[in-house]
Amino acid sequence: MAVEKMSIAKALNESLRKALEQDPKVLIMGEDVGKLGGVFRITDGLQKDFGEERVIDTPLAESGIVGTAIGLALRGYRPVVEIQFDGFVFPAYDQIVTQLAKMHARALGKVKMPVVIRIPYAGGIGAVEHHSESPEALFAHVPGLKVVSPSNASDAYWMLQQAILSDDPVIFFEPKRRYWDKGEVDFDAIPGELHKARVTREGSDVTLAAYGPMVKVCLEAAAAAAEEGKSVEVVDLRSMSPVDFDGLQASVEKTRRLVVVHEAPTFLGMGSEIAARITERCFYHLEAPVLRVGGFHAPYPPARLEDEYLPGLDRVLDAVDRSLAY
Amino acid sequence: MTVESTAARKPRRSSGTKRAAGAASAAKPAAAATAQTQDAVPQLVQLLTPEGERVENADNAEFAPFVADITTEDLRGLYRDMVMTRRFDGEATALQRQGELGLWASLLGQEAAQIGSGRALNDEDYVFPTYREHGVAWCRGVDPTNLLGMFRGVNHGGWDPNTNNFHLYTIVIGSQTLHATGYAMGVAKDGADSAVIAYFGDGASSQGDVMEAFNFAAVYNSPVVFFCQNNQWAISEPTERQMRVPLYQRAQGFGFPGVRVDGNDVLACLAVTRWALDRARRGEGPTLVEAFTYRMGAHTTSDDPTKYRRDEETAAWEAKDPILRLKAHLLATGGADEAYFAELEAESEAMGKRVREAVRAMPDPDTMAIFENVYADGHALVDEERAQFAAYLASFEEGH
Repeated sequence: MAVEKMSIAKALNESLRKALEQDPKVLIMGEDVGKLGGVFRITDGLQKDFGEERVIDTPLAESGIVGTAIGLALRGYRPVVEIQFDGFVFPAYDQIVTQLAKMHARALGKVKMPVVIRIPYAGGIGAVEHHSESPEALFAHVPGLKVVSPSNASDAYWMLQQAILSDDPVIFFEPKRRYWDKGEVDFDAIPGELHKARVTREGSDVTLAAYGPMVKVCLEAAAAAAEEGKSVEVVDLRSMSPVDFDGLQASVEKTRRLVVVHEAPTFLGMGSEIAARITERCFYHLEAPVLRVGGFHAPYPPARLEDEYLPGLDRVLDAVDRSLAY
Repeated sequence: MTVESTAARKPRRSSGTKRAAGAASAAKPAAAATAQTQDAVPQLVQLLTPEGERVENADNAEFAPFVADITTEDLRGLYRDMVMTRRFDGEATALQRQGELGLWASLLGQEAAQIGSGRALNDEDYVFPTYREHGVAWCRGVDPTNLLGMFRGVNHGGWDPNTNNFHLYTIVIGSQTLHATGYAMGVAKDGADSAVIAYFGDGASSQGDVMEAFNFAAVYNSPVVFFCQNNQWAISEPTERQMRVPLYQRAQGFGFPGVRVDGNDVLACLAVTRWALDRARRGEGPTLVEAFTYRMGAHTTSDDPTKYRRDEETAAWEAKDPILRLKAHLLATGGADEAYFAELEAESEAMGKRVREAVRAMPDPDTMAIFENVYADGHALVDEERAQFAAYLASFEEGH
């Protein structure tokens, strides 16, 4: 089964399965991860095959889930925790920020915190409130955490493997509206580095930088722009902490224009940081200010409005046009 | 008026005739915690009265066998632990006043709770402290000066938790009860013959994390002892502002036993903690121990207890001093003489001097330590900022 086409959801499931097989210290923990296989079925069948001691259904208490995962990590286990939805992570935010992120530093490096926190995130599935948010900047801002998000099946499989192998806590954001998108996974591949950006489509006029669910939108925008004779490069950042600024810089030095796209509100978001850093690094290369396309400074709207809220093809293309107009 | 606040002004003897709720819970957890809110005297497991007399009664019958092996020499050892801990604590308070420490959280008055529970532990047991467990650290063999680094401001913990199975101090109250529970879940998975103990205070008992820890521990039947030092005050908030039901009774709602022990009685603390640890190691799950004690000093050197509590209350608790009580017992039973106490006094003075010198000699960390150990596997941004800051610092060197 060297190369197989599968959904992102299936790739994540296979990745967890492999991790459980390879290391008896790996544990899966979360609400409904056992018999149900998780609300998105990412852990489907794992408890049946690995037992309740490895795939642990927990009480409905997010702080408890993360706090006990920290204790298990101190005992030498490698917990992979599932938070059911983005908006539910906040009861655990204290444990993540005040404890998980700092434990390694506080112990002067004597203890490691190999905890992965999987969070299905972002919108586009018509959900009720607290089920569609993009809180990645809140985690990327915290020293001690690493934050990543795959955009395709291959990355879903490999990035999760790498996150589990990491001795640092990794917040693993899964683009829930892409769970059913299919792509090829090469199980024998030598994966790229977890925190390296990837040029997903080459172009020469402007760079679109995105991660997770917005990569697909940007690829579609690049294809549409091509029909108008514009050459758009798409960079899948893959990692929000650290951001691969070297990789992004190389792209921007080539195209001289950058538009950052994400679902989260733009104010103090990933786009703000990227704009600032790229401006510092590429000031004399840039032909236009770095532009951002993202959510508004408003609560994530009711589902009937999310198509207006979420960056779509038109808003991305509009930003490309604005950039090229300078 | 709740039991806790009234207790401080009431006669100290626990009832010899009533069956202690704690002892009852040992036998029948589900029926353990009869509400005692109308009863002004807290139900306490006590083995040594404030006057230093050994007592046998129905309240302590379940627990007394757990210290049947304690010899006179052991008692002297417990006494020494308490004296040394108090001396260390006093030295640290003085060092804060002298500007050598930025802050200190004194354990004054809580020596028996900490030494009794700390000496109940086996080497392979694991401790999750809050930030006041200097006596427990002493029992674990942690170098006292290690505890001072974070208060001096040279680190945020700084010791290897696995050297003495003593985790780093945790400032956010209650957080560590979940770490302890998770660690205990791991101990159970490993099939290890050891237990975990989590320390926290009455204030932390109001935190959601503590409830979640109780629940996780109960659900997974984890080998963890929740050791609450109810010292009556959470900074300036009295227990009336923390709870309406005596703390130990909460355990019942989670499905495990809760015991209230006289926290100023080192022998009772030792017995009850040994009992609880024994349950944990035998796979019988968690226990809540409420050590009913009193913080004689300020919460930390930053607050002024005279603003929020009455002198009579403090005076009433002074009469229950854990060290004086054991001293009275040792003197009355011929377990130690004045020469012993004088010798110990000299030893503790020498220790205080050592601590003082060690703190003053403690070097400030290297500037570049800011960037160390942020991540185990490295991080591009940290590398970049480290290099930038190093270059910035180096620019001053070049300027000369």
